[in-house]
Amino acid sequence: MNDMSTEGYTTADGRKIGGVLMEMKNITLRFGGVVAIKDISFDIREGEIRAIIGPNGAGKSSMLNVISGFYVPQEGEVWFRGYRRGPMRPYQVARLGIARTFQNIALFEGMSVLDNIMTGRLNHMKSGMLAQALWWGKAEREESENREQVEKIIDFLEIQNIRKTPVGRLPYGLKKRVELARALAAEPKLLLLDEPMAGMNVEEKEDMSRFILDVNDEFGTTIALIEHDMGVVMDLSDRVVVMDYGKKIGDGTPDEVRRNQDVIDAYLGVAHD
Amino acid sequence: MFYREAGDFKTSYRDDSQTFPISFDRWRYYAVLIVAFGVIPFLINDYWANALLVPFLIYAIAAIGLNILTGYCGQVSLGTGGFMAVGAYACYKLMTAFPDVSILIHVLLAGGVTALVGVLFGLPSLRIKGFYLAVATLAAQFFLVWLFNKVPWFYNYSASGQISAPERTFLGHAVTGPATTASAKYLFCLAILVVLAWLARNLTRGTIGRKWMAIRDMDIAAEIIGVNPLTAKLSAFAVSSFFVGVSGALFFAVYLGAVEVGEAFGIQKSFLVLFMIIIGGLGSIFGSFAGAAFLVLLPVVLKVIGVDLLGWPTDIVAHIQLVIIGALIVMFLILEPHGLAQLWRVAKEKLRLWPFPY
Repeated sequence: MNDMSTEGYTTADGRKIGGVLMEMKNITLRFGGVVAIKDISFDIREGEIRAIIGPNGAGKSSMLNVISGFYVPQEGEVWFRGYRRGPMRPYQVARLGIARTFQNIALFEGMSVLDNIMTGRLNHMKSGMLAQALWWGKAEREESENREQVEKIIDFLEIQNIRKTPVGRLPYGLKKRVELARALAAEPKLLLLDEPMAGMNVEEKEDMSRFILDVNDEFGTTIALIEHDMGVVMDLSDRVVVMDYGKKIGDGTPDEVRRNQDVIDAYLGVAHD
Repeated sequence: MFYREAGDFKTSYRDDSQTFPISFDRWRYYAVLIVAFGVIPFLINDYWANALLVPFLIYAIAAIGLNILTGYCGQVSLGTGGFMAVGAYACYKLMTAFPDVSILIHVLLAGGVTALVGVLFGLPSLRIKGFYLAVATLAAQFFLVWLFNKVPWFYNYSASGQISAPERTFLGHAVTGPATTASAKYLFCLAILVVLAWLARNLTRGTIGRKWMAIRDMDIAAEIIGVNPLTAKLSAFAVSSFFVGVSGALFFAVYLGAVEVGEAFGIQKSFLVLFMIIIGGLGSIFGSFAGAAFLVLLPVVLKVIGVDLLGWPTDIVAHIQLVIIGALIVMFLILEPHGLAQLWRVAKEKLRLWPFPY
């Protein structure tokens, strides 16, 4: 990866990857005496699918939580779209254009699928409380316009038939898809997926992989994902960060990572003699 | 057979998101409005107005208010009585200070004052949740009642410590004071309720309603999609308190005429309104109506059956009423946490497929 210029690069399958969208510089995150992330730096480029992998407890989810604003690192800098990001609340991060899904689904169970996805568009809806109370003018127009966007995503993810079903009644695989839809509805610059395929069977994984590739392809969304299924990660991602015990032990294309001795040791274990 | 969506194709998102998507529902709703505005005012007498209709209308406003806060935004409040008292006392102070201003404006301003007080007591909700918040609002309840008892300025230094509503007219008819007719009281409250219910419905189906529900269902996920918990929770407290304040003002000025704060707006009132939304249905405007109707109607029905038909002593019937309400609360919490509104929804879903459910 050393030949990669600041202007971006071209992937093996011919997609153009742009400049740096997000850069993490020397991030260190501690919980009391426990060091969850230790001096990690990496970048995410525009249009890229970037994977973060590592054994259990490596600090992957903590990293995602740093990006989405749940945790504020003690040391290091987070740069997004050319600006340094100060400590922010998660809702402020969301307004910058970063959306995410959760490892254990975090949908609004009491609301319909449609309403859940509509919540993803909250940051695109600006009408005041009075206009909404009277359901008049801007509020009504905005509702229809945003509904149109949401319907596009519903079509895209093929969930038309469950539009009005309360989320609480849906099976697991569909909930995962609805959560992806909600994140997509925000039209994010950067989409974070925390184990999008956890607990799925092969068929559902194939579907989800297809959706992730399509999202990247059609909307040009930059995606950072955590995943345990190595086959999926190696097939989907353009570049991979490997973490172990809070440290970065590898970074590069899937092929490079696969050949990296540190990575092999971390996953297969190494004999101590 | 006429309760169908089939053949009723929606061609715009506006049509698809309307309140009553099935045309039968829509017509029934118009029919109810016509009867309520056009027929009942001519039939109503003092007994019907004071025992049933006016309290139902006023409690429905309070129940919608509490439902916005508890049912939609998930913030439990036991301060409803206190906030109703704020509305009542604000209305009283405004009525006596500005006698020439329309009573409608006073009632709405009283709601506004209550909204401000509600936001103030809503501030702890940013830090605490669930039971702890309920206790904080309970403190609001006792503090407010104590305040209105203790500070004579609030009751204009009257000897009895009570407040009583002076006579005010609206569109040429007395709506407060002893000269008020049953139909004037009824129509005044009904008009306010219809407008407020419509506003509540719009708020809860739009962006702000989704923010509230997002906070209710999972506050962490709500924050990650860009909901500011501060503004979402406080706006729920403000809107809810506005409704509760208006209902308090009407309860005092139109319904009772004279109140003593501890008696009219005590902790029992907070629980009564909470029971209304639990039985009626949390997170449903229709549920607020159903719950208010149920709990207003229940004592009257029991009295008619127990005292008038069976000839039991009044105190036994009153006790039976408490037992029944308690049992119902437990039953609804266990069997159907979404209340009468959910039963109604299930019935409608079944009806849509009837008589060929498969």
